[in-house]
Amino acid sequence: MKPTDIGDPEYFHKVVDCQYACPAHTPVPEYIRMIAAERYTDAYMVNWESNVFPGILGRTCDRPCEPACRRGRIEADPVAICRLKRAAADNKGDVSERMPSAPKTKNGKRIALVGAGPSSLTVARDLIPLGYDIEIFDDQPKAGGMMRSQIPVFRLPPGVLDEEVGFIIDMGATTFLNHRVESLRAVLAQDYDAIFVGTGAPRGSDLDIPGRKEAGATIHVGIDWLSSVAFEHVESIGKRVIVLGGGNTAMDCCRTARRLGGEDVKVIVRSEFSKMKASPWEKEDAMAEGIPIINNHVPRAFLHENGRLVGMSFDLVEVSYDDKGRRSLVPTGEVVEFPCDAALIAIGQENAFPWIERDIGVEFGKWDVPVVDPQTFQSTNEKVFFGGDAALGPKNIITAVAHGHQAAISIDLFCRGQDVRERPAPGVTLISQKMGMHEWSYDNGVSDDHRFKVPHADPALTLKNRKLEVELGFDVRTALAEAQRCLNCDVQTVFTTSRCIECDACVDICPVDCINFIANDEEPVLRAGLRAPALHAEQDLYVSDTLVQTSRVMVKDENVCLHCGLCAERCPTAAWDMQKFLYNVTKAGQACAPSKR
Amino acid sequence: MTYQRPNFRHPDAPTNPLGYTRRDYEGSISTLCAGCGHDSISAAIIEACFGLPLEPHRIAKLSGIGCSSKTPAYFLGRSHGFNSVHGRMPSVATGASLANNELVYIGVSGDGDSASIGMGQFAHVVRRNLNMTYIVENNGCYGLTKGQDSATADRGSKSKKGASNPYEAIDLASLAIQLGATFVARSFSGDRHQLVPLIQAALSHKGFALLDVMSPCVTFNNHTGSTKSYVHVRDHIDPAPVDFVPIRDEIKASYEAGTTFEVRMHDGSVVRLHKDSGQEYDIEDPQAALRAIAEHEQAGRTLTGLLYIDKDAPDLHKVLGTSPRPLNSMQEKDLCPGSKMLDSINAGLR
Repeated sequence: MKPTDIGDPEYFHKVVDCQYACPAHTPVPEYIRMIAAERYTDAYMVNWESNVFPGILGRTCDRPCEPACRRGRIEADPVAICRLKRAAADNKGDVSERMPSAPKTKNGKRIALVGAGPSSLTVARDLIPLGYDIEIFDDQPKAGGMMRSQIPVFRLPPGVLDEEVGFIIDMGATTFLNHRVESLRAVLAQDYDAIFVGTGAPRGSDLDIPGRKEAGATIHVGIDWLSSVAFEHVESIGKRVIVLGGGNTAMDCCRTARRLGGEDVKVIVRSEFSKMKASPWEKEDAMAEGIPIINNHVPRAFLHENGRLVGMSFDLVEVSYDDKGRRSLVPTGEVVEFPCDAALIAIGQENAFPWIERDIGVEFGKWDVPVVDPQTFQSTNEKVFFGGDAALGPKNIITAVAHGHQAAISIDLFCRGQDVRERPAPGVTLISQKMGMHEWSYDNGVSDDHRFKVPHADPALTLKNRKLEVELGFDVRTALAEAQRCLNCDVQTVFTTSRCIECDACVDICPVDCINFIANDEEPVLRAGLRAPALHAEQDLYVSDTLVQTSRVMVKDENVCLHCGLCAERCPTAAWDMQKFLYNVTKAGQACAPSKR
Repeated sequence: MTYQRPNFRHPDAPTNPLGYTRRDYEGSISTLCAGCGHDSISAAIIEACFGLPLEPHRIAKLSGIGCSSKTPAYFLGRSHGFNSVHGRMPSVATGASLANNELVYIGVSGDGDSASIGMGQFAHVVRRNLNMTYIVENNGCYGLTKGQDSATADRGSKSKKGASNPYEAIDLASLAIQLGATFVARSFSGDRHQLVPLIQAALSHKGFALLDVMSPCVTFNNHTGSTKSYVHVRDHIDPAPVDFVPIRDEIKASYEAGTTFEVRMHDGSVVRLHKDSGQEYDIEDPQAALRAIAEHEQAGRTLTGLLYIDKDAPDLHKVLGTSPRPLNSMQEKDLCPGSKMLDSINAGLR
């Protein structure tokens, strides 16, 4: 193999698994260390800079970081990254002084943001401090988008949402609430310098099976029903409720139904349990509230008597996979019926753009969604940008935030007449953490603790009161202990070939057998020949230059490195050093001037 | 600040046929200087015992005084241990072995502990052919007292201050062959490929096995001019590769016919040597071995590998005809033959 180019920021970025997996690339270990040091406000601001909604995300994030966490590869469970984020938000001090504000002199550019959800708010957050005039339009009475209308208040208290949405609106965005945009042509006609569309995926899929119309009075589309509950248009539901669908919306629907009078609430899903789209913890929380999840049942019909819903029938199926791993649901012939008074359909969401005219330069592609560049988020109309669920289909809040940052960069470049494809490089630092003998500026001891559970409020209370938050968050002591489980994967093992005397001390001390000195070869040969075979091809090998004494190379399997620093501790010549790698995605207006070619 | 070894190990870490992982053979974290050759030897001992495999509680490790003699704290933490008096480890090992010959004895010593203060003890344990593996972690200096030349420092080798050593070096390997050792090998702490099978072969040998392992002192003897530095040793050794095939394993690697020869140990395991490695003499001939060592030395080289073996010589137990049972397993009726036997003995003396 060729020597690893550690000058490429993406190499070490990938070693920080959590940060790499995060769509917004939040520097996770950096803020976790701050939590351990009781620097909650600093930890909050590191988050806020990157993901804009730490308090909200600390409760509701889909947590792509956690399955990626290295800790999950050396023991059962990853670090509770998401709930530590919440600990930072819960314990932060006054952050108002640290919030950016609009400059006194504006730059004269006006940007319209359609939709006031997470992606639009992120665009506003990035562009207002640069002097842009931001005008936000939304059809709801308050800003927040799906974070407000679809996430139940027992998971996300309105106070948390209002505070973090408020930080952005208070920077000086102009909002037009209860204002539904009916025509993009009309917005374009108002001569904005750019328009950002962050209208989400507002249409819940319906289920067209017999009885849907006849019994329609108590059959609801999940996200519409959640929205009606959020805005208090709906305050009750029948006693027996069937929720259809296996995603997080279904979990929110069933738990909300439990709080609105549903006594016998069931989730009924087409697929098997392990293939459900809902996050494992959301399934656990639903089941903990006495809601059974019934799998492998495909809806057949809504049963009704005198125009009233009385139950549902399902085809019981078996799951089978063909040679190519494609799944099919094979009916067993058995039909199962469940009685119910109400049904909630939470089987998916779609983008919908009835308000965008098809002759204004915004090209629509497959599935009737706009053609959007996945890097610049620009549409085929150069003035119109998309982000969040509206851009590339339904995902999650953190993805919407990441889109918002990138769209803001594009809008800023576009408004300054520059090429939107010239993306700014990330901001990167790599600094030695050595303080002295056996002394590092990070806590390199590896905690043996297992993942701590987040305490929940008494279900006897939470099931009665829809507005009572279920999760209580970590207390400060537990947060500290959980923070200590973080392996500090951003403190990188940096190897300097010219200093190595090949004494093998690092090989011997490494608790997880990561380090090898062997003859160089092709990657598959190296992977098979290490002290502990490197079976996970997605985890890189760090390969040094050829060593002087024996012409071997140092090969380190990054997979389960604990970043404990013992290799550096043991190295007599400081050929190994522990260096903190801080990777920040550059935001709009932060890039250095592009080099003139 | 933390200087502790984390408790996590590689999730795919292999287990040996006895069901142990490498971790079961580890000891406390080493407090030697970073980069010390001795730590590499500790790791090689761990690897050898894991790979053979030996049960950790069937091993006893013994040592004298010095950097080398500290190392038994850093490996085989679940084995028996005795850190004895300077240079007197052979006596303790002899006593222990006579009391219980069911354990596997590993003695760890240094060039000071064996070639200076312990020379007399060393000579006698060799000639008695005590069944043990005796590892000399040889760095050519007294690292624990700031690097004075030791008795194994080569003539002309320079100290860290630049002074040349005026005295002839004691070559423990040649000495051991002359004193009747039945297994003599030399290796280098930085050559794990050779060292691990040599330790395994030594542990499988029934009799006294000396391993003289060059082990650079990274603090006091790793400079230009030293003949025991990493660079000098690597440049001046002629390593004869050694494979060790434990009894359980089938012989997998195939070599061209006639390029290797094998020594079958008493327990059925096999040591395989390569003919084309410059080691062309008969390793069961002590004179040939001494000659080869000397010839390499005259050429400014050091021959490493298995230098000499006599696998059939009786060990001390056999010579003395002692009980094969450990003393600690004997009850009163085993130890006291009874009045009838006493009467017959007495009668025989009348």
